[in-house]
Amino acid sequence: MQLHLTPDAEFFRDTTAKFLSEHAAPAEIRRRRDDPAGFDTRYWELGAQLGWTSLLVDEEHGGGSLSGDGLADLTLVADEFGRHAAPGPLVPTSVVAGALSEFSADRQGELLAGMLAGTSIASWCHLEPRPNDGLDGLALEIRVDGPDVVLNGVKRPVESGARASHLLVSGRTGGGLTQVLVPAGTGGISMRPMHTVDLTRRFSEVAFRDVRVPADAVLGEVGGAGAQVERQLLQAVVVANAETVGAMQHALDMTLAWAFDRYSFGRPLASYQELKHRFSDMKSWVEAGHAISDLAAQAVSAGSPEGAELASAAKAFLGQYGPELLQDCVQMHGGIGLTFDHDIHLFLRRVALNRSLHGTPSQHRRRIASIMCGRIGAP
Amino acid sequence: MSAETQEDVERFRRRARSWIRANLEPAAAGASAGVLRNNSTDQEELAEVAHERELQRRLFDAGFAGICFPVAYGGRGLTPAHQLAFNEELTGHEYPVRLQAPTFSPCAAVILDFGTEEQKLRHLPAILRGDELWMQFLSEPGGGSDVAGAQTTAVRDGDEWVLNGSKVWTTGAWWSDWGLCLARTNWDVPKHRGLSVFMLPIHQPGVDVHRIEMLNGTKEFCQEFLTDVRVPDADRIGEVDDGWTVGIRWMFHERMLHNSPYVTVPAGDAHAGIGASSVLRVARDSGTLDDPWVQEMVGEARMLQLTTEALQQRLTEGMRSGAMSDQSAAIGRLFSGVVSTRTNTLAFEIAGAGGGAWTDDDAALADCGSDFLMRQVSTIGGGTTEMARNVISERVLGMPRERTLDRNVPFRDVPRGGKS
Ligand SMILES: Cc1cc2nc3c(=O)[nH]c(=O)nc-3n(C[C@H](O)[C@H](O)[C@H](O)COP(=O)(O)OP(=O)(O)OC[C@H]3O[C@@H](n4cnc5c(N)ncnc54)[C@H](O)[C@@H]3O)c2cc1C
Repeated sequence: MQLHLTPDAEFFRDTTAKFLSEHAAPAEIRRRRDDPAGFDTRYWELGAQLGWTSLLVDEEHGGGSLSGDGLADLTLVADEFGRHAAPGPLVPTSVVAGALSEFSADRQGELLAGMLAGTSIASWCHLEPRPNDGLDGLALEIRVDGPDVVLNGVKRPVESGARASHLLVSGRTGGGLTQVLVPAGTGGISMRPMHTVDLTRRFSEVAFRDVRVPADAVLGEVGGAGAQVERQLLQAVVVANAETVGAMQHALDMTLAWAFDRYSFGRPLASYQELKHRFSDMKSWVEAGHAISDLAAQAVSAGSPEGAELASAAKAFLGQYGPELLQDCVQMHGGIGLTFDHDIHLFLRRVALNRSLHGTPSQHRRRIASIMCGRIGAP
Repeated sequence: MSAETQEDVERFRRRARSWIRANLEPAAAGASAGVLRNNSTDQEELAEVAHERELQRRLFDAGFAGICFPVAYGGRGLTPAHQLAFNEELTGHEYPVRLQAPTFSPCAAVILDFGTEEQKLRHLPAILRGDELWMQFLSEPGGGSDVAGAQTTAVRDGDEWVLNGSKVWTTGAWWSDWGLCLARTNWDVPKHRGLSVFMLPIHQPGVDVHRIEMLNGTKEFCQEFLTDVRVPDADRIGEVDDGWTVGIRWMFHERMLHNSPYVTVPAGDAHAGIGASSVLRVARDSGTLDDPWVQEMVGEARMLQLTTEALQQRLTEGMRSGAMSDQSAAIGRLFSGVVSTRTNTLAFEIAGAGGGAWTDDDAALADCGSDFLMRQVSTIGGGTTEMARNVISERVLGMPRERTLDRNVPFRDVPRGGKS
């Protein structure tokens, strides 16, 4: 999170923080472990009223940001989501609402209004099974057939897919990409719930078999969606990153407090140099995480040419050091850190989930390398 | 210079760009590569030093030296944003690398913070002209981490001080001019309360400079033996016995080196030798760029570099605004040290067998192995990363201090190891 927030931004952040402390306390998160949705409608509506779903939506379509930089504002919400391991499809709804606002606000006014009110959910259907997993290519095929487009392929994991009224699906059309907004009830779609490391996020595998929708469901151009898909991916990465940093920050704070309270051999854990040094490393990762995450958010939001490289750097860094930090926090708790009743795993779950979605560290490292090669003209 | 008359950053940048292009040579290929590489003779080294002094003089004459130093002391009185713009324009060009650290920071920075008007007028313009190269005389054979445990002793004699002792690990003292020296002026009080700081010419009778061979064969490391060196009281900086007040700022400048507004370094250059572009060159020259594992390693190097830069920015901002204490500089020191060692390892790994044995025709692969042997330079020089971890845990996170045996006892009575 940025070091200096305007009073407005601070108020905005604080409002979400208070709301989450009340409605997404650890006991509540544990309680939802087997809840098929992971969150309830009322919770999401109240969150939407706080602005969660509107930040990437233009003002003229009912959205609006606080600071003029909606993505930056969204990272404040995401940071708090991380600090609370909060339930709710923040990434997909933000990304889809932003895309609708950009391409389809007139045709999808009702859906967009529902999303802004928190009464409708639309999911971002981008990731696929490896090897064409949405980062290194896409396999789902979108074919034009007369007045329709036809979808064939599999998407997974699709967040809150089972709750969504609509799916924003990206796929391949010849050499280009296409994006289509598909009503979830369309014939030929089948969904299977997936298992997940997170306690409250829910994922589905969504199969498309000759799914046919009218061509006006296409967002942007057929075969010309490469840039918008890339932008959405970067937005997803930025939001997930902010969430991960928030979770890291909270885990570090929690574990530090524990180190002062917990005694062994007549001394607090906090007095052992070996542990102090590990706390220092963790502190450096958290500060570095805030720094690179904010810098990437800024660049992506501004559409600057460095955005992709910075977002990948942030994703690769947080994907590697987030889980590393959380596991070390578990270690410093000893046995209790491995229990369901302790809170630390809620945050471990969230950073582990975020590490694996929208490109693993290793995929993002390779993206960075290819950007570097591009700069020096190497193949 | 007042805010109204100050040149705006973009105009300054344009002026800097055209001057740099017209007056500075492109950086030699691989100039920024490697860790204190052993690839020049003494004569070549001296010629390089002379060339860098001359480069600094040119910068000074053109109005690009000491961008953030006050005009009264020969600087330009501009902002860190101007320095940053200059650094960005400097990328890919030669520059006086040896003069930056420790001359501009921490040494000149400490003089600026604590020097008398007279001391500042005497040294800062000379430094900015390239006439004075400075060394930090901090570490001693008896210990470098425990800086305040200095045993080099200064005894008052009228208007002068007489210094005896030894300083060590100074890099390049044999071709430098001045030393900023931390010395003990009182052995009968606890260690932090009996120190003072002096400025002294290195090349004078009584200062014996020995060169020490590093494991890769370079002889830039030096040790100085001080025997009855007389320093006028006018060359003391800070108060008598209050040298630790100076020392704290000194360490701060040292930890902030990578982001100091007093230092001119082409943007994107790795400070401690190896950065992502060196790793990319090693990958290219080893013909392995199409190997996904190698791509990952190149990407990791760049990820670490971008993250380090972002972190340094955040820390600078935080400390400037007061949102973070000055002790937070240790976070940047720790992170960048660890990043350097990792980056170094990545290059060595990509070089494959070329890291262990190479020929002079191996382009960027050559010397990766020697660099690897020197890897820990970045986590020892400038204060070790363990010390940075102590500072972060105790001063930033507020964790309990380590038990020490040197507090509240006269320094004379503090236990000392056998070999010092
Ligand atoms: C390239 C380079 C350039 C240098 N340039 C200069 C220079 O210009 N001027 C100058 O004065 N010095 C210079 N130094 C010296 C450097 O500052 C010291 O080497 C460093 O501070 C460590 O001191 P030491 O070597 O005495 O090791 P020690 O202080 O003896 O430390 C040995 C080991 O013990 C660890 N250790 C010590 N105390 C603690 C503690 N309390 N807690 C945990 N771990 C501890 C250290 O981290 C280290 O790993 C340079 C060093 C290098 C490598």
